[in-house]
Amino acid sequence: MAEWWSNLVAPFPPLLLTAVYMLVFILVLFACVAYTTLAERRVIGFMQVRLGPNRVGPQGLGQPIADAVKLMFKEMILPQDADRFLFRIAPLLSMAPALAAWAVIPFSEHLNFADINAGLLYILAMTSLGVYGVIVAGWASNSKYALLGSLRAAAQIVAYEIAMGFALVGVLMASGSLNLGDIVKAQQGSVLNWYWLPLLPLFLTYLIAGVAETNRAPFDVVEGESEIVAGFHVEYSGMGFAMFFLAEYANIILISGLTALLFLGGWLSPFEGVVPAHVFHLPVIGALLGSGAHWFLAKTSFFIFCFLWFRATFPRYRYDQIMRLGWKVLLPLTLIWIVVEGVLLYVKFPPWFD
Amino acid sequence: MKKIRNFIRSFTLFELLKGMSLTGQRFASRKFTVRYPEEKTPQSPRFRGLHALRRYPSGEERCIGCKLCEAVCPALAITIDTEERDDGSRRTTRYDIDLFKCVYCGFCEEACPVDAIVETRVFEYSFFERGQQVMNKEMLLDVGAKHEAQIAADREVSILGR
Repeated sequence: MAEWWSNLVAPFPPLLLTAVYMLVFILVLFACVAYTTLAERRVIGFMQVRLGPNRVGPQGLGQPIADAVKLMFKEMILPQDADRFLFRIAPLLSMAPALAAWAVIPFSEHLNFADINAGLLYILAMTSLGVYGVIVAGWASNSKYALLGSLRAAAQIVAYEIAMGFALVGVLMASGSLNLGDIVKAQQGSVLNWYWLPLLPLFLTYLIAGVAETNRAPFDVVEGESEIVAGFHVEYSGMGFAMFFLAEYANIILISGLTALLFLGGWLSPFEGVVPAHVFHLPVIGALLGSGAHWFLAKTSFFIFCFLWFRATFPRYRYDQIMRLGWKVLLPLTLIWIVVEGVLLYVKFPPWFD
Repeated sequence: MKKIRNFIRSFTLFELLKGMSLTGQRFASRKFTVRYPEEKTPQSPRFRGLHALRRYPSGEERCIGCKLCEAVCPALAITIDTEERDDGSRRTTRYDIDLFKCVYCGFCEEACPVDAIVETRVFEYSFFERGQQVMNKEMLLDVGAKHEAQIAADREVSILGR
């Protein structure tokens, strides 16, 4: 299969191929983002014992398209005192990093755009850049609510970025690599070898910090409807608003994918080391049960579902409680576990660190 | 001691997981939503929807123009004019109900001594122009003629107020 494909594309220059792959991937990603919005509304609806949008097309599957068409035809209002240039560029600033980060994500052992050595650093840099869009949007809107929202975003993301960074430090200590592919390969073995178990506190910290990074409930004080209307994007309408919306969901998908890669063994199959090895060589079942991109996608989907689940379950944190959790709970927790992990690494604690 | 317990509880995320298990159960449970145009909620025989004027099986209209409904109407939605018919009986010449004023309390129905004005199960109606909300006598009689079977059956099951 792979050989057949490489023969087919051989006459084309590799740069062109990469560009085409990227275009296709971004389109697919946009479709995923659009359908995540539908999934969110339906999942939250189901958790509130109602059905959610189910009118447009079968099971509401046409809803994201209807929404997109509506938003495209709406007027984009530019506030009188807004900074015209920054106001227009802010949605792009928040969208672009969420897409750019996908460049280093490995879907399976050989399926990725760029297999760079400092992949984890790149990811960390890209996810931190996303906050600039929010800050710039808040400032350029020249509105009190928007500015308050963006200040909150800045403080919150700085706070949780650190806890998140330390969680990643734990991962790279365990794997000894910054390359995402190598990190996944270091988790090979069985479900119990994946990093969620030896790095459980870091896994939970990463998940919580990830929710906070994407400004999702219960950490959505940045938008906080009841306090500051819609936060940084009050002044946005039409496609500008849609871009922020897409960026939020693209970030959710990205963080879910990263969680799957770093702590749940990415493309590795959970049946590895459970069922006997010869099963993986069976024609169809072997491909399904064996490692591959489908497992990565399944794990990512699970975490996306968790994001929606959290939103349906938890009430919003108060602003000072968010700061307390970030600085006084998650940060010490990660530091302590990094020390514990260091000791485990030093004594070569089996089965994870030998 | 309590402090330690709280510490352990919050670090095992016990309460968060409890909350998530609740929403998880709701996720799988049967939904209350009625898919409206395809499904409809059950109606009581005492349902108070659009008004109707009834006739006797002989074709004679029931209303005797006693104006009890007009008097009892809390929203002053009913307007009645009467005159003496050739056979000496009193009949209405005008029977208007303004559906924008009406609060669908059902008092007119209860007040009526001859079961002439009734509220039917019809609730899916709309107006497209100003003025259409005033139901006159012919319109009310038409509604009554159209739904007579249902109206009579409902009155069999449930006799209002008497």
